[in-house]
Amino acid sequence: MTDLRTTAEAIHEQFTDHLDLDLDDVEARLDTLVTDYKVPLDEARRSVTNHYLDRAGLERDDIGGGAPGGNDQVALADIDAAEQWVDVTAKVVELWEPRSDSIAQVGLLGDESGTIKFTKWAKSDLPTLSEGAVYRLGNVVTDEYQGRFSVKLNRTTTIDELDTDLEVGDNTVEVDGAFVDIQSGSGLIKRCPEDDCTRVLQNGRCAEHGEVEGEFDLRIKGVLDDGTEVVEVLFDKDATEALTGIGLEQAKDMAMDALDTSIVADEMRELTLGRYYRIAGPRFNRYLLAETVDQLGEPTDPDAVLIKARSIA
Amino acid sequence: MSSTPMREVSRRAFAREFNDASYTFKESDDERAPVYLLLPTGERANRVFVVGTLTETEDVGDDSEYWRGRVVDPTGTFFVYAGQYQPEAASALRDLDPPTYVAIVGKPRTYETDDGSVNVSIRPESITAVDEAVRDRWVLETAERTIERLQAFDDDGNDYAAMARERYDPDLSAYRDMIIAALEEADAEPEAVA
Repeated sequence: MTDLRTTAEAIHEQFTDHLDLDLDDVEARLDTLVTDYKVPLDEARRSVTNHYLDRAGLERDDIGGGAPGGNDQVALADIDAAEQWVDVTAKVVELWEPRSDSIAQVGLLGDESGTIKFTKWAKSDLPTLSEGAVYRLGNVVTDEYQGRFSVKLNRTTTIDELDTDLEVGDNTVEVDGAFVDIQSGSGLIKRCPEDDCTRVLQNGRCAEHGEVEGEFDLRIKGVLDDGTEVVEVLFDKDATEALTGIGLEQAKDMAMDALDTSIVADEMRELTLGRYYRIAGPRFNRYLLAETVDQLGEPTDPDAVLIKARSIA
Repeated sequence: MSSTPMREVSRRAFAREFNDASYTFKESDDERAPVYLLLPTGERANRVFVVGTLTETEDVGDDSEYWRGRVVDPTGTFFVYAGQYQPEAASALRDLDPPTYVAIVGKPRTYETDDGSVNVSIRPESITAVDEAVRDRWVLETAERTIERLQAFDDDGNDYAAMARERYDPDLSAYRDMIIAALEEADAEPEAVA
């Protein structure tokens, strides 16, 4: 069975309660977009679904996602596309303050694989979720904003509280690559000492609290690059020391001797740029937060690459 | 808040392929849009990462210092130029004592010579002294990235390969042979070139 047919059947099933659709007609619409107009299949699905929503006078939330028998049960870390209808089993890790009246609840869900943001709309009229409780959530829809995924609960979502607990994973990733840049704002820095403010000072000033007596800290904003993609990596004091071998006291001594804090970042560049590392840690926004840092030595398997090269036709 | 432009990947290419390139282009009319060098195996490069043996440095400047370094990999020589606008890289070239392994992150630059041919060089962002393990890893990694480009060359929708075919009409088998020779040399070589 083709992807087109599978997608057509999924759309057909979504509308069974609302419209009397002809499966071939659904497939023909998809086919026009995909074959004649070179539209990617998921975009075509969205477009065709919207067409039928219009015709039925429905909102997106009014229709269910996948087959009547339920969607795929997915791990949170495996969510990598928007507009997917899925089922998840997850714990409410945190609830945040909604920024708008249209949002009933917003926060963080977690399962063994990692965490993801969730939004529950006020108009969906769903029961209230409690922090720390584990739920089976049926028929939630995925969304994406600037490369980060979230799930949205909607009118058709089913919520079953489970009498169990689960261990929440931390979205840890591991990347190998060459360390190609240490960005400004790295090395020996000063942070604002005010309560709950850890902003990095610029010329002795905090953006929030003005001129303050800063507290020294170490950090690196760096870039790891394997020739196909770049990963921005944030190193806190401990990770910076693991990467460079330079601790806070030593960094302060270096700056004192040179009467200049920038010497610390210069020295760190000298020690790390152009070397290969394996770095692991959780992802936060666009950054990988370095938890473990290993420098990579001699390559292990040159013969495999040679075999690959010889096999090119 | 203005969105930060995506940082450009540092491409991996052997010196032979890098020096075969000559065509540069922009993908938007914006004055500050990135300039890309078109690699003959079908990839755009706004930044490169190279590791090799720094064999020679020379101040070729007239009024102010302008340093040229020769960096050798198993297939050829990269030319690296750093002057007053690349103070860290210039002082690295001044201070380093060839021969030594170096890692360089930089931007490809092209210039046309009097006879009309195009030379390619690197304007470094950073130059650091590294050890042989880093160099060996780079040779292997660069071989892998180049193999991947060769394997994808005839793929539908590979726009940069299509562009390379039009601009260079490259002999891909020569690049395959280059990779094999580079790997065999790395394999057979028990100690540093130095």
